[in-house]
Amino acid sequence: MRAYPILTPSAIVILTMVLGACGGAQGDSTESGATNGALTNADGLSQEQIEKGVGPIQSVSLTDQIDQALARTGEEIFNMKCTACHKMDQRYVGPPLGDILTRRKPEFVMNMILNTSEMIQKHPVVKELLAQYMTPMPNQNLTEADARAVLEYLRTQPAAAQ
Amino acid sequence: MSNQSRTQIAAIVAVVGLAATSFFACQTVGTRNGNASADAAQIAYVAPGEYDEFYGFFSGGFSGQMTVYGLPSGRLLKIIPVFSQHPENGYGYNEETKNMLNTSHGFVPWDDAHHPELSMTDGVPDGRWIFINGNNTPRVARIDLTTFSTTEILEIPNSGGNHGSPFITPNSEYIVATGRFSVPVPQRDLAIADYKGNFKSMLSFIRADQPGNMEIAFQILAPGYSFDLAHAGKGPSNGWMFFTSYNTEEASTLLEINASQHDKDFIAAVNWKRAEECVANGKAQQMPAEYVHNWMNEAHIAQTETKSGVTVLDPADCENMIYFLPTPKSPHGVDVDPSGEYIVGGGKLATVLPVHSFSKMIKAIEDKAFETVIDGIPVLKYEAVNHAEVENPGLGPLHTEFDGKGYAYTTAFLSSEIVKWSLTDFKVVDRIPVYYSVGHLMIPGGDSREPAGKYLVALNKITKDRYLPTGPELAQSAQLIDISGDKMKLILDFPTIGEPHYAQAIAADVIRDKQVKMFPIAENKNPFAVKGEGETRIERRGKEVHVYMSAIRSHFAPDNIEGIEVGDKVYFHVTNLEQDWDIPHGFAVLGMNTSELLIMPGETRTLVWEPKKVGVYPFYCTDFCSALHQEMSGYIRISPEGSNVPLAYGTGGIKPASAHQPVAAR
Repeated sequence: MRAYPILTPSAIVILTMVLGACGGAQGDSTESGATNGALTNADGLSQEQIEKGVGPIQSVSLTDQIDQALARTGEEIFNMKCTACHKMDQRYVGPPLGDILTRRKPEFVMNMILNTSEMIQKHPVVKELLAQYMTPMPNQNLTEADARAVLEYLRTQPAAAQ
Repeated sequence: MSNQSRTQIAAIVAVVGLAATSFFACQTVGTRNGNASADAAQIAYVAPGEYDEFYGFFSGGFSGQMTVYGLPSGRLLKIIPVFSQHPENGYGYNEETKNMLNTSHGFVPWDDAHHPELSMTDGVPDGRWIFINGNNTPRVARIDLTTFSTTEILEIPNSGGNHGSPFITPNSEYIVATGRFSVPVPQRDLAIADYKGNFKSMLSFIRADQPGNMEIAFQILAPGYSFDLAHAGKGPSNGWMFFTSYNTEEASTLLEINASQHDKDFIAAVNWKRAEECVANGKAQQMPAEYVHNWMNEAHIAQTETKSGVTVLDPADCENMIYFLPTPKSPHGVDVDPSGEYIVGGGKLATVLPVHSFSKMIKAIEDKAFETVIDGIPVLKYEAVNHAEVENPGLGPLHTEFDGKGYAYTTAFLSSEIVKWSLTDFKVVDRIPVYYSVGHLMIPGGDSREPAGKYLVALNKITKDRYLPTGPELAQSAQLIDISGDKMKLILDFPTIGEPHYAQAIAADVIRDKQVKMFPIAENKNPFAVKGEGETRIERRGKEVHVYMSAIRSHFAPDNIEGIEVGDKVYFHVTNLEQDWDIPHGFAVLGMNTSELLIMPGETRTLVWEPKKVGVYPFYCTDFCSALHQEMSGYIRISPEGSNVPLAYGTGGIKPASAHQPVAAR
């Protein structure tokens, strides 16, 4: 099984600030970022919720080998419902998603897809992203199986354009 | 029924005079709130965030549309475009919906919509569909109550003034259609003076229980009377349909006098199960007729088919199918009580309200208690079918509905009141003024086997002094009356859109949880849909340019377009990629000659624009969708004809068309 470093809250802060800097570099000032890079966990999410997100997905087990068929299904769904806002290697309407699993737990990714509005309302990392990007991520009504397939596809996507 | 014209005119003058007197009385001394109290306000109050108990569907009359109000609050929830173009959402303007308004007379973007009619199962409204008629260019429409949108319209041939429509049978087998205005059948060039014998009415039965497949099962040839309204039998009278008629004089001019000669006109009782037998046994004839059927296909694109020919039954060829019940005088409404036994005629020029008995009618038919026979249609003896005459029902009685608790409620147009009477002793027990000139009334399920006798809505033509004045044109209105107790109580009035001609209502929980929230993008079958931003592109086909565009919060793709010339015809096919509830996007471009698009999540809609002037024109999202809605915009460059500016487009960077990968390669 591929190992994922567990993100501590401080690591998340750093990553978020990196993302914020990235946005700034594109001339998108985060004036409204009253949080100023600091995480506010006003809803008192648990450490586990900070890492895995809030939503229906408690645990995901990833196989060592990428399931290519599942990833292809995920790619189709991603192209239909997600590419209008996400690219892999650069900021677009939403954050770049290449190498996303080095920054987020798989559960976080699926909960973000499946339970979008609660994640936006409660999760400090997502609230911070909203302050930077200004466009709340829409719920695109994926099923859990759809979201799992998209996750598999995202495993195949590096951050840098190949 | 001879020459009584002087007496008739005198009677009419007297009635109108009386009405005018009472009308002024109302305005000068009457309590303008109809004794509505603070307690009454509590009944109609639905707190912010709370739901209403009923969906109320109101016809828009001359607006051509249907409106949806919550009851008891009277809050307007939606306008459903049906027979009229609706620039608010592009209905009848965009490429996907404009075919809905096709007729054999071409594109007809307006009509006069009168009677909403809910689909029924076992004589009770079931909330699947609601139908409504168009009077002017005779049509009937089906509205799907999972999307609150018009999905089907059928034109009615051999008809004029399609008023007696679309009343439904207890299991939605048929809706009916019949005209106030007889016409030459078949239509032809004819002197109007040759009306008698040449002008006919058709009683049409339209198969209604197969969405997308409405068809005229048969038409029954009837004399050239004005057939006005209808209602189906139920319970013991299931299998029968009752139609009122006036102008049995067959006048073609100055009808207000010439069609008011006879003391009695007719309710036509049609045994539609017998009619089915006659059709099955080859007793009907095929008659040439041109009419149009429009329906939404699975791609949400309206299709049009022109039909030729209709099945016609002549009563002379199908005995025991239709009878006339003499009914005083120029009857308007015909309403069947929840038990199915009593048939109430609203004789608008009568001084009493006639109540016929279904069981007496059957016996009269068995006994052959006929007064005469007209065009193969036996006329039953009045005394043999009439069960009671309700005395003092108000002036100009029109329509009756029922509370399911043994009472009937009748509107009186001239005296502006609702009259409550007993189905046991047929005596008036209560009356309440309404403001003013009430036509139909509505009790939720009040024409069905199971009325919900809690509220009554009066549908008024005149508001006069009821609201702040708004120039020469004043709103028409609906008034909510509490009928839960012995005495009727006025609790609310609210202005309506167009004429609230008739309405129906149904308990909210029958419909509420069946609502479609969005259309899955993967199932979008529009041939111009893009399933993902990667499929967006522009294709030039000679002078036609097809823009395959996507919309999602908060941008269009492509949002910069060049290489279009004056003289091109630009099709913007915009797909809303959102998959969440309540996120439509709009689309409009400067100088377009049509309405905006309003695109539901997962749907594709197409706007055609033929740019006439060189320049760079903005387009934008017209439905406030997000914090960055103002940013959801783009530009299209229009170059002079023949200037050969290369086609180029993009979002976040414009590229020549040749640089965009073909879709197949993505």
